[in-house]
Amino acid sequence: MKKYVCEVCGYVYDPAKGDPDNGIAPGTAFEDIPDTWSCPECGAGKDEFTAQD
Amino acid sequence: MQQTWIVEEKMTESSFSAVPVSPNVWWVGARDWNVRNFHGYETNRGSSYNAFLVIDDKVTVIDAVKAPFMPEMLARISSVVDLQRVDYIISNHAEPDHSGGLPELIASTSPEKVFASGTGAKTLAAYYGLEGITPVKTGDSVSLGKGTVSFVDTKMLHWPDSMVSFYTRDNILFSQDAFGMHLAASPMWADECAPAILDYEARKYIANILNLQADRLISLLDAIPGLGLDIRIIAPDHGPLWRKDLDRIIGIYRSAAEQKPCKRALVAYSTMWHATEKLARALAEGLILSGIEVKICDLEVNDRSAVMTEVARSGLIAFGAPTMNNQMFPKMADALCYVKGLRPKNKIGFAFGSYGWSGEGGKQIAAELEAMGAEQPEPVFQVKYMPSQDDLLKLKDIGRKLGAALAARCE
Repeated sequence: MKKYVCEVCGYVYDPAKGDPDNGIAPGTAFEDIPDTWSCPECGAGKDEFTAQD
Repeated sequence: MQQTWIVEEKMTESSFSAVPVSPNVWWVGARDWNVRNFHGYETNRGSSYNAFLVIDDKVTVIDAVKAPFMPEMLARISSVVDLQRVDYIISNHAEPDHSGGLPELIASTSPEKVFASGTGAKTLAAYYGLEGITPVKTGDSVSLGKGTVSFVDTKMLHWPDSMVSFYTRDNILFSQDAFGMHLAASPMWADECAPAILDYEARKYIANILNLQADRLISLLDAIPGLGLDIRIIAPDHGPLWRKDLDRIIGIYRSAAEQKPCKRALVAYSTMWHATEKLARALAEGLILSGIEVKICDLEVNDRSAVMTEVARSGLIAFGAPTMNNQMFPKMADALCYVKGLRPKNKIGFAFGSYGWSGEGGKQIAAELEAMGAEQPEPVFQVKYMPSQDDLLKLKDIGRKLGAALAARCE
């Protein structure tokens, strides 16, 4: 599973860690996160994220 | 200060002239003496939009000003050098108080290159349709001939595009909004301004502009020594410039960002028929008796940015409001929406209020405090219609208990 970077603020979504504070369990692939989720750092939408190489 | 101009000052007919900052750098900004509302931030002492002209082999302008002040900025540049001599423009921050005049600056100077962060280039394109901006990032530098400008990305401090620039020849950090404050003052240097005013306005600025990114701010402050920059002047985009005791402004920024608990409390309230006001006063009496410094703010006369300034300076934040139409009083909703967005940390919270029949207001305030992560050792306190003497004594006692809890936190 790929990590994804928020293009706005630089936050990195790591699927291994998820985002438990906002209801995303560890092990959740970025693609499986609901579209209503937003960057926990800056609030940008999911469409602001790009896959990290 | 001894100046070694490499360009002779030109005689112009404008009343505006550039002000020397260092041997090769001039201030070409504008002071906005009478602005009192800066996108909802109450600027009681006005503000300034600092912009700079670097005279090197490549004549460079750093940042612009709010659009209405462009004639002033262009006149200041023209007092030193012909506008057409400008080779480079650096845009550290794309917010319109610094970029509003950028399209006119570019049109007037026809620069060879305009530099901004990668996000800055996109933001300037979105705002003004500006294309062809050269993106730069941390570690990049551009030679101006005798000196070099190096760039440091400061993403989210306080916008995604934010960056700072360092000019090696005169050891100046053009820090954009960082280390700034809203203050219009004719002394250009901080060491010529009253220290207490600088301290207050800097803390107000941090509270209202940077608080939500306090962790990033601390990381940046930690990283500065490792950047290997011999900084002797800090030139922010708002307020005075720093040439002496740079650790003072850096220290104010650090202590504000750390948000350590302190023995100070804010009691902010709205009131319709003075019931909540009475509660606020009784609570404050108890806090004062327990040795806590207290500030009481009626939201009718204290705007949200003044309230946020007090939130940032306080270890305890108490909010009280009546219930109106099954909601907390609207001014309280406004203040709490704003305060929550700025993510205050390490606070003790307390919610109180009055109501006639339904009483949602106090609970809504408590929920907002909960969302801010504030610890609430005392449950929400609400009275029906008007507090009795017994209610006021109870609240005074709660004030004492909260004061003791805060004092214990500060040890």
